[in-house]
Amino acid sequence: MSGPTLLKESGPREVFCGLTSIVWLHRRMPDAFFLVVGSRTCAHLIQSAAGVMIFAEPRFGTAILNERDLAGLADAQEELDRVAKELLQRRPEIRTLFLVGSCPSEVIKLDLSRAAERLTDELQGRVRVVNYSGSGIETTFTQGEDGALAALIPFLPSSDERQLLLVGTLADAVEDRLVHLFNKLNINAIKSLPPRQSTDLPAVGPGTTVLLTQPYLTTTARLLKDRGARVLTAPFPLGAEGSRRWMETAARDFEVDEAQMDSVLSPLMERAQIALAPHREVLKGKRIFLLPESQLELPLARFLQRECGMELVEVGTPYLNRDQMAEEIALLPEGTPVMEGQHVELQLDRVRESKPDLVVCGMGLANPLEAEGIATKWSIELVFSPIHGIDQAGELAELFSRPLRRHQLLTH
Amino acid sequence: MELTLWTYEGPPHVGAMRIAASMKGVHYVLHAPQGDTYADLLFTMIERRGKRPPVTYTTFQARDLGGDTAELVKRHIREAVERFKPDALLVGESCTAELIQDQPGALAGGMGFELPIVSLELPAYSKKENWGASETLYQLVRGLLKNQEVNSEGHNPKAWQNQGRRPRVNLIGPSLLGFRCRDDVIEISRLLASHGIDVNTVVPLEATVADVMRLTEADLNICLYAEISESCCSWMERQFGMPFTRTMPIGVGATADFLAEVHGLLGMDPPDPREGEHSSKLPWYSASVDSTYLTGKRVFIFGDGSHVLAAARIANEELGFQVVGLGTYSREMARPVRAAAKALGLEALISDDYLAVEAAMAEAVPELVLGTQMERHSAKRLGIPCAVISTPMHVQDVPARFSPQMGWEGANVIFDSWVHPLMMGLEEHLIGMFRHDFEFVDGHQSHLGHLGGLQSAQVDDVPAIEENAPESSATEANGSSVAVATASLEWTVDGEAELKKIPFFVRGKVRRNTEAFAKEKGLNRIDSETLYDAKAHFSA
Repeated sequence: MSGPTLLKESGPREVFCGLTSIVWLHRRMPDAFFLVVGSRTCAHLIQSAAGVMIFAEPRFGTAILNERDLAGLADAQEELDRVAKELLQRRPEIRTLFLVGSCPSEVIKLDLSRAAERLTDELQGRVRVVNYSGSGIETTFTQGEDGALAALIPFLPSSDERQLLLVGTLADAVEDRLVHLFNKLNINAIKSLPPRQSTDLPAVGPGTTVLLTQPYLTTTARLLKDRGARVLTAPFPLGAEGSRRWMETAARDFEVDEAQMDSVLSPLMERAQIALAPHREVLKGKRIFLLPESQLELPLARFLQRECGMELVEVGTPYLNRDQMAEEIALLPEGTPVMEGQHVELQLDRVRESKPDLVVCGMGLANPLEAEGIATKWSIELVFSPIHGIDQAGELAELFSRPLRRHQLLTH
Repeated sequence: MELTLWTYEGPPHVGAMRIAASMKGVHYVLHAPQGDTYADLLFTMIERRGKRPPVTYTTFQARDLGGDTAELVKRHIREAVERFKPDALLVGESCTAELIQDQPGALAGGMGFELPIVSLELPAYSKKENWGASETLYQLVRGLLKNQEVNSEGHNPKAWQNQGRRPRVNLIGPSLLGFRCRDDVIEISRLLASHGIDVNTVVPLEATVADVMRLTEADLNICLYAEISESCCSWMERQFGMPFTRTMPIGVGATADFLAEVHGLLGMDPPDPREGEHSSKLPWYSASVDSTYLTGKRVFIFGDGSHVLAAARIANEELGFQVVGLGTYSREMARPVRAAAKALGLEALISDDYLAVEAAMAEAVPELVLGTQMERHSAKRLGIPCAVISTPMHVQDVPARFSPQMGWEGANVIFDSWVHPLMMGLEEHLIGMFRHDFEFVDGHQSHLGHLGGLQSAQVDDVPAIEENAPESSATEANGSSVAVATASLEWTVDGEAELKKIPFFVRGKVRRNTEAFAKEKGLNRIDSETLYDAKAHFSA
């Protein structure tokens, strides 16, 4: 069989857990609060991943379990009620409260769904309480968003309306731009999940076509299918080519004619080529190694290889959903090693042996690799930056060309 | 269950990592789920370390829990020992692993390795980071030294006198992610050398296992950071009879006391108690006429126990500030901090709830905040200048330049880093005052962020935050929830006009005093007469 070489590895992993996705989810829905039920480690993790403490009171927090909770001296359900109510009293503007399971709460089998139901009843519709798990024993990094969105699916109203549903967090400006472009293609009924207000949940039903904006929403996609929606498979909207094919896939589903697609998208593609050109100059022929973290690795690798001329040394991914990624896999060059899972030590050995020009990795590994003379790009920046769509292809390429330019500036 | 938004300290296993990562040749196998590896970034990002912390995480997942997690632990221990060939191995667990009770320490002990293995039991649901660091240092030193022979004649810290050598001491406690430890070690080593005292070894920063084994060759232990090193020093005192110092040499007075203590314990002639006057610039800078401006500046202090104790003394005795708030998140240090606060006529704030600290800060209306990165953010929101004096810290608190806190040079650094933000605060006021002048450049950018510059009109009277205002959270994006606290008091036009005539740099104080006076007298309107009555009342 042609195509990339799909490999698997296990061992010690250097990845964030799903709790980390709270850092961008809470920005998307300003009327939602994410309450992790966990340990001091969970609180410290989110705080460290968020990097700087900019907010007076963040819209996320941790209900820290203590010895009394574990020893059964305190009824954990009662304690959770108390903490949740205390929080909601202080934050009356909150409309949706996510109870987020963690490693310790999963291990002691604390039933958060029961707590969520009970609290929703007690709060009489003023606040909707839902639950999902962001624990490291079940999720990595971006899978936390999958869990949060999946938890909302049962609350989506039903509708037979013919509509396009964009699923996955996008930067607001990027979303506006994409909606504008779809409108130009005469697709006008467009909704988003997550919505900008947590109470503004989109309806779903047999008329709904789901277009995933992010590659890591496996469970959410499955639940939307169960609600009767059609989930499209397309390359993801990273880079000009991927974004174009992503839009075209939706447009075909809405029976937009090819000439119209071409008239809307071709000028954008030409402009993207101009934006990409200077970065392609820097990136062309350079070798990149992507360590697993965000599940964005495959689409990024595809973009960097096909549109920026980079050579793929190894493409890591924490988890590979072959169905959802079918189009991406098909676009990767023959023989590219795609590594699912991780043994961080063995993988770093391969990094050192292969001497790539650029490594995409987590923040724990970046400076140690830089100190060895290897340029790096933080994977977390890729989930915070507005990189989706044809118009953003230049910006996306710049994220990779900058560390290389910097290396050049400092070493010459 | 306890609701926490931001935390001052991480879990205890992060404290253990600080010890392991500070040392050379020590590896830590941490039984922990996937995701706990985030802790690496504290070292690689905040400290800009070019090395990964020497930690192997077992990163177990849910599917492992059904199987043999003990075997998983053993596999990781075996791989870590083969790959990293450590001189000593720490084995422990994070919060989640503690619940599944695999006893990784016992497992490691049974694997037949030749190297020293220290099993760490750090209760994650009751203890925190500094305790974890302290316990790890103690367990590691004890584990390595417990079989070392104890001098049957007892330890004599004055033995150097008869051995024809200079006295030598150990520096115990400096670690990664501690506050300015790297530079404190350099400064204290230099200071001791100038007094003819050698440093035998430094533990844990940059220490090898061999260095730890040499600890007992010293005459005296210097306990540099009580939070981290006191339990280790106490054990060495009990086990080997080695005394240790209690004074943390931060500030001119404390450095002089420290030198006196060291000289006394080593049986040396006492040092010149006035050494600081010519060795540090702080005393003269503070006495110089320019510093008259610092007199009675209201300062709010919060941080770890030992740094706030040091800061309170410097503020009070060496800079002529008025300490208006003192507190710590280190519950282990609650007692001495309470005593220090009491001596200053205050009640100490012992809390790890940063919102309670922010409320106390607003209440105290300080002109300068000395705190951690948390207080830096709170102070910024309140428009108050701030200097960071303690962990937790950000990457900018690990400066490239030499900037110790301890010793004579540390006192110089402290003078600059505390006074500078105060002067910047004064500039803010000046900008506010002259903002109507035609020379004033529109669009002046303030270093105090959103509150400064053109908007600082609001700030020329010392701002106070509205208490218990949930709205403050809703404004997180612009962060300016400042309002002038005049809940039930009304200033008449005539009163406001009179207040405006008072120089800006005392106006806030006058406003406060007048309002306090009005409340005391049961008045709810303040006119110019009330203002003069209050003035007379307070100067009487």
